[in-house]
Amino acid sequence: MSAPTGPTDTPTTDDVVRSPRALARARRREALGRFARAYARNRAGMFGLASLLTIGVLALTAPLFIDPAHLTVTGAPGGSLEPPSAEFPLGTDNFGRSVLDLIIWGARVSLTVGLLATFVSVTLGTLAGITAGHFGSSGGLAGRLVSSVIMRVTDWFLVLPTLVLAVALAAVLPRGTGTIILAIGLTVWPPTARLVRAQTLAVEARPFVERARALGGGHAHVMGWHVLPNVMPVVLAQTTLLVATSIIAESTLAFLGMGDPTTISWGGILQAARTSGAISAGIWWYIVPPGLAIAVVALSFTLCGRAFESVMNPRLRGGSG
Amino acid sequence: MSGLLDVRDLHVTYAGSGGDVPAVRGLDLALDPGDTLGVAGESGSGKSTVALALLRLLPATARVTGHILLEGEDVLGMKWGRLRAVRWVGASVVFQGAMHSLNPVQRIGDQIAEPLILHGTVRPNQVASRVAELLEQVGLPASRSRDHPHQLSGGQRQRVMIAMALACEPRLIIADEATTALDVMIQAQILALLRGLVEETGIGMLMISHDLSVLAATCDRVAVMYAGRIVEEGPARDVVHRPAHPYASALSAAFPKIGDPASRLAPRGLPGDPPDPADPPSGCVFRPRCAVAASVCATVDPPLWPVHPENDGRSDRRAACVHVGPGVAGGAGGAGEISTEETSR
Repeated sequence: MSAPTGPTDTPTTDDVVRSPRALARARRREALGRFARAYARNRAGMFGLASLLTIGVLALTAPLFIDPAHLTVTGAPGGSLEPPSAEFPLGTDNFGRSVLDLIIWGARVSLTVGLLATFVSVTLGTLAGITAGHFGSSGGLAGRLVSSVIMRVTDWFLVLPTLVLAVALAAVLPRGTGTIILAIGLTVWPPTARLVRAQTLAVEARPFVERARALGGGHAHVMGWHVLPNVMPVVLAQTTLLVATSIIAESTLAFLGMGDPTTISWGGILQAARTSGAISAGIWWYIVPPGLAIAVVALSFTLCGRAFESVMNPRLRGGSG
Repeated sequence: MSGLLDVRDLHVTYAGSGGDVPAVRGLDLALDPGDTLGVAGESGSGKSTVALALLRLLPATARVTGHILLEGEDVLGMKWGRLRAVRWVGASVVFQGAMHSLNPVQRIGDQIAEPLILHGTVRPNQVASRVAELLEQVGLPASRSRDHPHQLSGGQRQRVMIAMALACEPRLIIADEATTALDVMIQAQILALLRGLVEETGIGMLMISHDLSVLAATCDRVAVMYAGRIVEEGPARDVVHRPAHPYASALSAAFPKIGDPASRLAPRGLPGDPPDPADPPSGCVFRPRCAVAASVCATVDPPLWPVHPENDGRSDRRAACVHVGPGVAGGAGGAGEISTEETSR
């Protein structure tokens, strides 16, 4: 506990006349420490963070302990559908590949797609939300029209079943990881847009926005400089929650055969298990691990998101224990 | 007219759900460089609407007609790009409530730099030094530029707002209740600061407040507004201490005079509420609350007449009351003085 404040505690002569910059740095360090301590009190959040870090490190370092050649159909080290053993802790698939290795390798694709798709959808949603909120509250007739059009498009995407739309997009566009990212990103943005729009309206009603307009600030200045930093906390919390949605969407698309067949992902493993008849044969080690992996990662992101939200929002802080 | 600001026949009408609501009804104002004009009035008299109308900051539902000449250029006829350029360079605003007029997530130095960057007033590499200069000018150490608004006190934030208003060296500063939320000591400091800046730089200042004593201490001239119109206008001392219009005298009498036991023992307010702007009374709008209303007031809506005119009919004071007007009950000016005595007795 005393470690972070150690250097500032030592009473030296420099300490008395510390520069404002050093003071500001110390203050920021303290604020960060407060945030970390508040987060650490949230046990579910800590569990989520720990499991995410573990999975992240495993996914990043996978090439160090897994030979990619062993993950090809031809270079498989074991026999077909071997039950768990010391050599293959989670057994093998129908080609003889280690399921544990597949799961670890699959985390790379699942996490990449989940994060990138989230980035796409959060960017889209924030852009649409801020634009709609800004022009809806301060624009003239034309501005309100723009705002209405954006929100009606958002509503349209909102009522359309996300999965159907994503499947349709994935089917139309050329196959590949990029397509999956795009298909998910283009379908899960509407809730973000609505959330950001609501927050934008609240920010736009505050006097400093009027002040910014009075000093000659245009739309871009007000949206980018005044509104965006003020909606960022909401956007960040939404991001952590959306990653879970995106990962599940990615697995679903892969399971439905919309994914890239050349890459290994959790949804893809599940689909391979289904097509190889593992379900009816009772080959549980082929089906349960990828399902659990999806559930654990989605849960971890959700727990982190909720913990983050409760630390940022003082009104939720009392309830979380 | 070579004045800095010349407002003629300004009307502002808000489109309400129950019909149009006129907030400003035919307002004339003139301000020369280096002058300070105070606009006083109670809540709802339209003073803030005037301040916002000067830079066309009113919401789209407000209809503004008349002429607002800023250095001879009509603000109401400007194109959007020209208007944005005039905002802050031609005239800047010190807003009421500095705690809300600053963005909580940006450093104050960056916020003061905002108009500088937007208008390209100084070269990018000189922005920081200009910000430091502005902070020094309003009596804050330059090192505070890295602070966020929550780290400053109310008075310091108001100083930041003033520094921001000065950033582009505007010819006119509109101070809209700039000191209202501050305690008396800070208020005095801020007023002294504003007064000093006007004397130093020769800019014009339009100061809007409900507090006559603030205006009396700061401004050369004071205009009193009631129900969207000026009812009395003249040198600050005269308007505050010898008001001619019954509303101005009631407003003046509402402030206790230090050292005058009579005013302490008999504090005077003004009964009644300001008129509903959507449905003003006939004749003089102040008639229902007026202590010296005559029968003629129900039919005549008096224009601004000179008070105590010289032989050539000119005066530096004007008031909109039949008691001040020519050839009505008691003659020019006489009734005005009587009403003053009545209210201060």
